[in-house]
Amino acid sequence: MATDLAPPPVKAAGKSGHRRPGVGLSAVFGRYRWLYLMLLPGVAYFAIFKYLPMYGVTIAFQDFLPFLGYSGSPWVGFKHFEELFSGPDFGRLMFNTLFLALLHIVFVFPAPIIIALLLNELRINVLKRTVQSLVYIPHFLSWTIVAALTYVLFAADFGVLSGWIRDFLGDTAKIDYMAQEEWFRPLIILQQLWKQTGWGTIIYLAALAGVDPQLYEAARMDGAGRFKQLWHVTLPAIRPTIVVMAILASGNLLDSGFEQIWLMTTSLNRSVADVFDTYVYYSGITQGAISYSTAVGLFKGVAGVILIFGSNWLAKRLGQRGLF
Amino acid sequence: MNSMKHKKLNTEYSTVGSRVFDAVNIAVLVGLALITILPLLYVLAGSFAGEAEISSRPFFLWPETFVTESYRYIFATDAFVRALLTTVVVTAVGTVVQVLLTFTMAYPLAKRYLPGRALVLNLIIFTLVFTGGMIPTYLVVRDLGLLDSYWALILPLAINPFYLIIVKSFFQELPQALEEAARIDGCNEMGVFFKIVLPLSKPIIATFSLFYAVGIWNDYMSPLLYISDPDKWTLQILVRQLISTDAANALSQMDRTWVPPEQGLKFAVVVIATLPILFFYPFLQKHFTKGVLIGSVKE
Repeated sequence: MATDLAPPPVKAAGKSGHRRPGVGLSAVFGRYRWLYLMLLPGVAYFAIFKYLPMYGVTIAFQDFLPFLGYSGSPWVGFKHFEELFSGPDFGRLMFNTLFLALLHIVFVFPAPIIIALLLNELRINVLKRTVQSLVYIPHFLSWTIVAALTYVLFAADFGVLSGWIRDFLGDTAKIDYMAQEEWFRPLIILQQLWKQTGWGTIIYLAALAGVDPQLYEAARMDGAGRFKQLWHVTLPAIRPTIVVMAILASGNLLDSGFEQIWLMTTSLNRSVADVFDTYVYYSGITQGAISYSTAVGLFKGVAGVILIFGSNWLAKRLGQRGLF
Repeated sequence: MNSMKHKKLNTEYSTVGSRVFDAVNIAVLVGLALITILPLLYVLAGSFAGEAEISSRPFFLWPETFVTESYRYIFATDAFVRALLTTVVVTAVGTVVQVLLTFTMAYPLAKRYLPGRALVLNLIIFTLVFTGGMIPTYLVVRDLGLLDSYWALILPLAINPFYLIIVKSFFQELPQALEEAARIDGCNEMGVFFKIVLPLSKPIIATFSLFYAVGIWNDYMSPLLYISDPDKWTLQILVRQLISTDAANALSQMDRTWVPPEQGLKFAVVVIATLPILFFYPFLQKHFTKGVLIGSVKE
C-alpha cells in the first residue's frame, strides 16, 4: 500500500505546529498552488457541463423563454409535471419503458452470469481465451453499427435471417422486421444480448477467479460433484457481485438507452418504441417544448436516484452488503 | 499433493454427466462466439460482393466474384470522405483533450493530504447518480455558442468520471519515493507530474486513450444533438442516414450516370466505420480487464 509521504500538512508559522486560524486558508493555497492549478480545468469541466445543467433543471418549473433566461422566465410550479402525468403520452411511455426494463431483467441481466459460469467450467484454456476475445468485441461497436447489422440481417428483401425465417416457415411474404411493431421489443433485446453479454461476463469472471480453491477442496471431501460445487460454492461466492450489479441496474430502470432505441424507432413502430429517453429528445429538440421536456427528464432522473437508493436499502435489509 | 489433486479431478470430471456437460458447454460457447463474429464477417464479405450476389446468396463469408465497386463509389463521394475526415480529426483532437484533462485532474485528487479533495471527489461521484439531463446540457452547449461546432462533440464529454476515478486510484498506487526525490531536487508539483508521473503511466495512458477514442468514434448522440449542418456530419450519423434512407440519396453523388451499388454501399460504410475499432481491439484487450477490475475494486 503506497502512502503519501510528502508534502507534510500545512503548518503555519508558530512553535506549537498547529495551524493558526486566519492564516490557514491563504497558506493552504500557497502551499498547494500547483495542485490546485492542476485541479482547476477539471473542476471547471464539472462545473460547466455537469453542475450548470443541474441548476438548469429549474426551468422544469418555469415557462422557459430563451430571451428571458433562467432567472427571468416566469415560474409555473409543477405545471409541466401535471401536464406529463395527466397527458395522453404518460401511460404509453411508462408501459413501454417498464416493459423493456422487465424484458431486460429477465433476459439480458442473467445472461452474463450464465455465460461466466459456463466459461468458468471450460477447462481448455486456449478455447476459453479465444471465446472471451471474440465475445468482448461487440461492446466496442457503436449502436449505429449494431442497428446497421440488424438491418443487414433482418432486411425484408435480402436479409440473411429474414430469408431463413421465411424458408423455415414456408412463408412467401417478405416481412420488414424493423418496421413491425411486434418485432421491436424482440429485436431490442436481441441487440442488447449480442452487444453486452460478453462484456458483462468480465466482472463475474473476476469474482469467480477470487474464490478460495480450498472451498472447492472441502466440498469435494464432502463428496460434492461439479454441480453441487457450483450450487454451494460458486454461486454464493459471486452473490455479492450479482447484488451490486442488480442495484446499479435498478437505478437504470427508466433508462432505456437513448441511442439504441432512437436508432430502432421508425414512424411505424412509435406506439411501442416511445420511451422516456427518446420522448425527451422528441419533445425538447424536435418540438421545442424546452421546459416540458426538461420536466420529463427530471422526473426520470429523480426516479432513478430513488430507485438506486431504494434497492440499496432493500439489499441491506435482506442481509446483503449493498453498494454504499 | 499435486498428483493426488489430479487424480481427484480426473474421477470427478470423468463421470458420464460431467462429460456430457462439458460437450454441451463447449458447443454453447463456441456457438456464442460464432454468433458474435459471423455477422461482422458477413458484412466484410458482402462489401466486396456485387449487388446481384448480395440479393441472391443468403449468407456467405467469401464473395464469388470479388469487386471493389462499393468502396470505389463511397470514396468518390464528398459526403463520405468529409464525414470520415471529420470523424478522424475530432477523435484525434478529442482524445488528446480528454486524456490531458482526466490525468491532470486525477493527479491532485490522488494526494490524500490535499485540503478540499474529499469535497471535489464527492461532487464528482454525485454526477454518477444524478445529472441535469439532455435538455439542460443542450442549453449549456447552446449558450456557449458550441452548436454546429466540432468542440460540442468533445467538451461535453471531456472527462469520464469512471475513468477519472480509476486513474486516480492508479496514481495512489505509484511509489512515492521518485516523486519525493524530484521534489527535493526543486521540482514543483506540475514538474513532478510531467517529468516523473506521466512517463510512469504510459500503459494506462495508452489504455484510456483507446477507451476515449472509441467513445468519440462511436458517439451518435452528440452529433445528433449538436450538429445540424450536413457538411459537419460524422461517420456514425452517415451510417444512420444510409440505413434509414436510401443510400445513394444520403451520399448524393453528383455524377448521376454512376449507378450506385445500393446495398454494397451500406456494407462498405459499416466496414469502414468498424475497422479502426477492430484494428485497435487487440491493443485494447491487453489492458481493459485490468482497467475494469481496478475500477470495480476501488471505492
